[in-house]
Amino acid sequence: MISMKQCELLVVGAGPAGLGAAIEAARLGVSVLLIDENDTAGGQLFKQIHKFFGSKEHYAGTRGFQIGQALLREASALGVEVMLNARAVGLLDDGSVAVQYGKDLIQIQASKLILATGAKENAITFPGWTLPGVMTAGAAQTFSNVYDTLVGKNILMVGSGNVGLIVSYQLMQAGAHIKGLVEVLPAISGYGVHAGKIKRAGVPIWTKHTVLEAKGKRRVEEVVIGEVDDQRKPVYGTQKTLEVDTILLAVGLTPRVELASMAGCRLGVERILGGHLPVHNQEMLSTKDSVYVCGDLAGVEEANTALDEGRLAGTAAAEALGYSDAKTADKKRCLVEGLHDLRMGTFGEKRLDCKSRVIEKWSCV
Amino acid sequence: MDKYDEIICRCEEVTRQDIEDAIRDGRSSLSGVKKQTRAGMGACQGRTCSGLVRRVLEENGVELDMVSSLDTPRTPIVPVPIEAAGGKE
Repeated sequence: MISMKQCELLVVGAGPAGLGAAIEAARLGVSVLLIDENDTAGGQLFKQIHKFFGSKEHYAGTRGFQIGQALLREASALGVEVMLNARAVGLLDDGSVAVQYGKDLIQIQASKLILATGAKENAITFPGWTLPGVMTAGAAQTFSNVYDTLVGKNILMVGSGNVGLIVSYQLMQAGAHIKGLVEVLPAISGYGVHAGKIKRAGVPIWTKHTVLEAKGKRRVEEVVIGEVDDQRKPVYGTQKTLEVDTILLAVGLTPRVELASMAGCRLGVERILGGHLPVHNQEMLSTKDSVYVCGDLAGVEEANTALDEGRLAGTAAAEALGYSDAKTADKKRCLVEGLHDLRMGTFGEKRLDCKSRVIEKWSCV
Repeated sequence: MDKYDEIICRCEEVTRQDIEDAIRDGRSSLSGVKKQTRAGMGACQGRTCSGLVRRVLEENGVELDMVSSLDTPRTPIVPVPIEAAGGKE
């Protein structure tokens, strides 16, 4: 059955970016509908059981899922209508968003659209990667932290970014044996504080190494890893075989651009931010004047940048709808400056450069 | 196992060999490879393999731009129950 629904602002995705957007728009008086395909709001925050660090404004010292709960409470208190198990499946010719809700298809007509669709996990291929026992690290984290299910006993982690490091540590806490991490780059790519936790527990991190093959009859039983040269080609004679039942891939994320692309938003490519992404201006407006983008969709970063990009998009969209107060201009300026500060330091500066290029590309359209 | 037995598109069981053959036949875009090999035409509609096909293209020296590196997304972008699309069980 197809039914219709109308609202001033539709926010797609209730992770930190979407929640931030919905909260700020609702605070200014906009009627907001927030939809998410999952049965709980919070996006990736929902499975983050560790305490966040950073600043007080970004909930330092609070566990990720509790941040999600706090944001959801705030959104509800401000009158945001939250629809869970509601999956945006496309855009229709009249500009409305098609949403699957159980066995129904709902057409949602909104004056402004904020896309906070997040990112999806990447895979890499090697002979045997389609065997049961190979999966992405984020999937294993969801199984463990949300559904109390350990996906394997003896695990090889592929990738030493923050996802690979944090998920390894959490699975160790849950009782798994992490046989080691392989990283194709010459150095660990995530934060030292996360790498330290697993190194102290004696887990080897093999840099300049990759997976060559997964072996097993019905599922993964062994993995062959080996060293790579500067061209990332395997070095003959360096192969090592490990007995594992699970290989987890933590090899980056790609923005989920389908809806933005369908809406006609111009895309750009920034590899450090995950590949193709919709270009946007400083206030997160895409090249379509009714569509804003924020969070991992607008470039894969972290929960704190996603939250603030969302807040900025929500404030800008509210203003464009005619809702603003004496503090709005100031608020936007603070958020823009805050985002700049979050992208300082060794890890942030490359992202800052990419973001500047994205904003420049927007102004060239 | 040979590296050419490596499956790239698991829904349609398209191997690295199939894709490299398509590239040798002159395919130089995601949709070109898709039309020749069916990579990306299975149940997941390329949500897992489009990035992998893109990588094989690049590894084989194909330079991709905005058009050649993306599929055109169409509604529905994810599988939906037939009832939701207006059909009957």
